[in-house]
Amino acid sequence: MIKAVLSGDMPRSSVLALVLGLILVCLALAPFLFPGVRTVDTAARICVFIVLVASYDLLLGYGGIVSFAHTMFFGIGAYGVALALTHMGRGFDAILVGAAAGALLAAVLAFVIGLFSLRVRAIFFAMITLAVASAVAVLVSQLSGLTGGEDGLTFKTPRALGPAFKFGDELFGVKLNGKLLSYYVVFIGSLVLFLLMLRVVNSPFGRVLQAIRENDFRAEAIGYRVVYYRVAATCLSAAVAALAGSLYAIWLRYVGPDTTLSMEIMIDILLMVVIGGMGTMYGAVIGATLLVLAQNYLQNLMGVAGSLVEGVPVLPQLLDADRWLLWLGVLFILSVYFFPTGVVGRLRRG
Amino acid sequence: MSMAPEHAPTMARLSLAQRLAPWMPVLLVPLLVVAGLLAIPNTSSWLTLTVSGLAMGMMIFLMASGLTLVFGLMDVINFGHGAFVSVGAFVGVSVLLLLGGMTGAPSLALNLAAMGLAVIGAMLATGAMGWAFEKVIVEPVYGHHLKQILVTMGGLIVVEQLIIVLWGPEEIYISRPEALKGAITFAGAALEKYRLVAVGLGLVVFAAMRWTLRRTKIGLIVRAGVENGEMVQALGYRLRLVFVGVFIAGSALAGLGGVMWGLYQEVVSAHMGNQAMILIFIVVIIGGLGSVEGCFIGALLVGLMQNYVAFLEPKVALISNIGLMVAILMWRPMGMIPVVKAK
Repeated sequence: MIKAVLSGDMPRSSVLALVLGLILVCLALAPFLFPGVRTVDTAARICVFIVLVASYDLLLGYGGIVSFAHTMFFGIGAYGVALALTHMGRGFDAILVGAAAGALLAAVLAFVIGLFSLRVRAIFFAMITLAVASAVAVLVSQLSGLTGGEDGLTFKTPRALGPAFKFGDELFGVKLNGKLLSYYVVFIGSLVLFLLMLRVVNSPFGRVLQAIRENDFRAEAIGYRVVYYRVAATCLSAAVAALAGSLYAIWLRYVGPDTTLSMEIMIDILLMVVIGGMGTMYGAVIGATLLVLAQNYLQNLMGVAGSLVEGVPVLPQLLDADRWLLWLGVLFILSVYFFPTGVVGRLRRG
Repeated sequence: MSMAPEHAPTMARLSLAQRLAPWMPVLLVPLLVVAGLLAIPNTSSWLTLTVSGLAMGMMIFLMASGLTLVFGLMDVINFGHGAFVSVGAFVGVSVLLLLGGMTGAPSLALNLAAMGLAVIGAMLATGAMGWAFEKVIVEPVYGHHLKQILVTMGGLIVVEQLIIVLWGPEEIYISRPEALKGAITFAGAALEKYRLVAVGLGLVVFAAMRWTLRRTKIGLIVRAGVENGEMVQALGYRLRLVFVGVFIAGSALAGLGGVMWGLYQEVVSAHMGNQAMILIFIVVIIGGLGSVEGCFIGALLVGLMQNYVAFLEPKVALISNIGLMVAILMWRPMGMIPVVKAK
């Protein structure tokens, strides 16, 4: 039964299985285990990022294609739901329409970009996505009439997902309100999407992608049209990223360039994939959980460390909480060199 | 016995289109300029825009040329190239701020000397940085595109953050040297002096680069290395050394471009390399990865296009370069002047 749900891709390491199980239980029961606005918010962010990183891993880890437009697709999904909820009223139909439209637009855009760049060489894709993504980010902040510009959009989700909606008294000391429901929409949505990605990479399609990653020339010689597979993987990955964006918009009830489109998020995704382990869907779970937790709790610690060494030249600036990215960058380079298979690869081998 | 293949030479002259085809990339620049003249009703503003487009193109070329050569020679794609642009700009601007007395004086010679010192400082700094970057970051990942992209991107992030540590997170505003401020009027059009300097400098660098590549021994080795590296090594040349040299030169040129770009915008920020990277990539792709001439033409096209469209339809300017790239890739999927590899 478990094997069927996981599409036959077992963790293959008892430690990894234990950690994954722990993460699943913690996320599933987050509102009850860690009641608190901030902790539940962190849990929801972890759920969304697991899906986002898993969809990116389909591209990077399985397809061997580097994209810098993943936040763009994420943003398209988020803005899709935001615009639908703003203009169609606060109903579930608006969410569905917005998410579907976002996913479709993301897939079409990925198809066009893929056709232009992947038919020549995969390396073009990285450069072109970088250019397109930055153009879209500028466009979104310029078209303030539609997207709210830099301020973003705040919108109302259906009543049933808001804190004002109550459907019972208390359960284990947790208020049964719409916010709880909203968390479970995000959680279940993420779980389904993640299992779907797991299904995709363990299907024959996923195997062909891996073959192309290892040796595209040979894959072509065996008779697989490399371009078709690469473009299909790009579209699929973009659509799933857009759906993750929709979930994030439902949870935050706000979209803005900083939360969905910024280059920082793209860097976060890259780090999560590499640290968790490229080419394993479970790497996405580990990477996203580690990074989001570290961002929420370790970053403050760094600031404390920075204030401890006050007086020493340069060190305080290096340890400033705003220089978080510096250390992530160093960590990123080191992990590409020394742990290309990431945490999951290590656990599976060990 | 099989027959010899039919040999039927045609003595007819090639049609005009066929004879023009190889020159199309070069002709695109004047074509775009003429198109600009037709679209912009006012001749003097057209002239102003053309000069600023050319200046912008030259600066982009300075920044992009290193990237395309490095790729052509060693198949190394450096996503951290923008870091050299930022560092060059910051070093150059710091030198100029130190030499405030020289830049403030209304003497052209003193101003140019200050500019020269700033440029030399920036090029030395970025050249040295390029050497370190190649050793520490790029060398371990030769022949592995995926890792190159990831690792050099990481390098870009680290350098960007180090700039913030060293120079602070604020943008630095800088005014141009006194004698390069303002504009001269020619045929009713105002031409900014600084832009003319940028055009001149770009032309000089392009000519020098072309001369080095076409007329010197080292250029011969570089060109041969682009076409077939293994063969060059078999003939006894240490291509690795040549490559390190090209990497350093390319980084230094990016630093030069960074100083010019910083003075052009009159402000430098740690993210400017990242923004320049986008234009650099577009230029390198439409030019044909590895081709210096293609890079030059591509840079001019992007510069002109950006200025014309920004004048005619400001909102569209953001995506005009993407549109240009799409159009050129539809016409020639490998870029305007594809590099032929003997493999």
